[in-house]
Amino acid sequence: MSLLQVQDLRVSYGGIQAVRGIDLEVAQGELVCLIGANGAGKSSTLRGLMGLAHARGKVRFAGESLAGLPTHAIAARGLALVPEGRGIFGRLTVAENLAMGAYIRSDQAGILADAERAYGIFPRLAERRRQLAGTLSGGEQQMLAIARAMMGRPRLLLLDEPSMGLAPLMVAKIYETIATIAAEGVTILLVEQNANLALRVSQRAYVMESGALLLAGSAADLAANPRVREAYLGD
Amino acid sequence: MPTGLDFFRERPRLAFVLLAGLLLLLPFLVGGGLGNAWVRVLDFILLYVLLALGLNIVVGYAGLLDLGYIAFYALGAYLYAWLASPHFGLHLPFWMVLPLGAALAGLFGVLLGAPTLRLRGDYLAIVTLGFGEIIRIFMNNLNAPFNLTNGPQGMNLIDPVSVAGQSFSSPLRIGELVIPSTYLYYYLFLAMTLLVILVAMRLQDSRIGRAWAALREDEVAAAAMGINTRNVKLLAFAMGATFGGLAGGLFAAFQGFISPESFTLWESILVLCMIVLGGMGNIPGVILGAILLTAIPEALRYIGDLQRAVLGHVVVDPADLRMLLFGVALVAMMLFRPAGLLPSRQRKREFGAQDAVAEQEQADLYDARA
Repeated sequence: MSLLQVQDLRVSYGGIQAVRGIDLEVAQGELVCLIGANGAGKSSTLRGLMGLAHARGKVRFAGESLAGLPTHAIAARGLALVPEGRGIFGRLTVAENLAMGAYIRSDQAGILADAERAYGIFPRLAERRRQLAGTLSGGEQQMLAIARAMMGRPRLLLLDEPSMGLAPLMVAKIYETIATIAAEGVTILLVEQNANLALRVSQRAYVMESGALLLAGSAADLAANPRVREAYLGD
Repeated sequence: MPTGLDFFRERPRLAFVLLAGLLLLLPFLVGGGLGNAWVRVLDFILLYVLLALGLNIVVGYAGLLDLGYIAFYALGAYLYAWLASPHFGLHLPFWMVLPLGAALAGLFGVLLGAPTLRLRGDYLAIVTLGFGEIIRIFMNNLNAPFNLTNGPQGMNLIDPVSVAGQSFSSPLRIGELVIPSTYLYYYLFLAMTLLVILVAMRLQDSRIGRAWAALREDEVAAAAMGINTRNVKLLAFAMGATFGGLAGGLFAAFQGFISPESFTLWESILVLCMIVLGGMGNIPGVILGAILLTAIPEALRYIGDLQRAVLGHVVVDPADLRMLLFGVALVAMMLFRPAGLLPSRQRKREFGAQDAVAEQEQADLYDARA
């Protein structure tokens, strides 16, 4: 059985429906990406899953329904979101940001060990642990946002456009770390406009357009699909 | 930092003893040197410190701009007047009334917080401003059909604080020593202020304090970290309001008279200015802001006398001059010390960010090369 099962998810803002009933699944240990153009409803899907936007439909996580739960309760069940634009706490230090990521945990020793592990994965953050997060470069902030989300030991990591606004070399670095985290067994649902990159690291993919799913399949199949190549890979 | 401070930083016990001694002797020093009127100013300074520390929880810690804060001060003061004055013929002791006033204000804090949960920044400021005015207007008009507040005339003959038969409104005689009423209130207010400082410090370092900081920085991310943003916000409003209500009760007992005039929008803004001037989020800064903005306008009263002595007549009305200098001081502050006189660690670094920006540009170059 899949870790995350979504059926007929609809997300709306006021009267505007951004997601018009989509089904998707993420199995334990998988890295699945959701690609599509700007405004296709990818971020809204993640916001709906996290309870940050008004969502209807069936969402089951590890066999439990998430319907109607507030965001903090969803986070407590093991979903972690790295929001679009990173959402770091700018006037707190790097170390304090990581500590906030472990807000729902109380095992001090484990938290400290995980922080050290995060510094191991992101040595740049270790150098800057006492620096205010708002003074980090864009790439470092993205690293921090991912590291902070990992501090909650999530069962499912939701990444929203981790490549947005970063220099190409930084993007490559971020994707390296995403692959590393996935290889450690963390289940990831990745939302990305940069289809090329996302398909390269993912096992499976969904393509979204105008709030609905267009295609679904293995990342390799989709990367070879002429429609995807034409519309999203720039061929 | 001046070396004088370093001297005391290395000798915290000595600094503590000196500070404690100074605080204990302060009314005698001030009263002896400047007269009893200035001890009264000291009392008001402590009341404003209480208010500023309370508002600092809402604005400084949780980042919720509240322009109606004085309403909680009003609620605490009116509850004290209802339960301890001839108005309803009730004369409950202060140790019962003060906590009740704080609790009532806390409840209203939640009542204000609940409908404004989704609001931030400017919108929240407008709603809280409206709330503050609603409370004041109610107090102004609730003299009919049922006389609850005695309207604009205000409520009179409020019971003073009294401990073991000693009323704080009359001097305490210990043998030869006569301790005036304003001195007694000073010690009461000082004790309350120290208590509130302790609570504020503990809150800041607590799990709740960290949740407030996260909420202030990014609400969506805070919720995604598992913080119950609704409860944490309501708690900030309630805690801030509780301190305000406590200060209001003390104010009513001290003055013996309250009227809606004491609870205008200007008072809310003044308390906010204390926080901004001193250093938002930083307890010593907030205290300094409250001291300065209460003491300086009092000191400026002497400018009238000074003009009469030097020029023979008053050229500029001191009241006008006070507001002018007040404005100039705030503008100068924003230009030269935008983070406040004693900024919190975070704000100091945020505003002193030239180095950090240079460093970040360096880092971006590094990113591009790496």
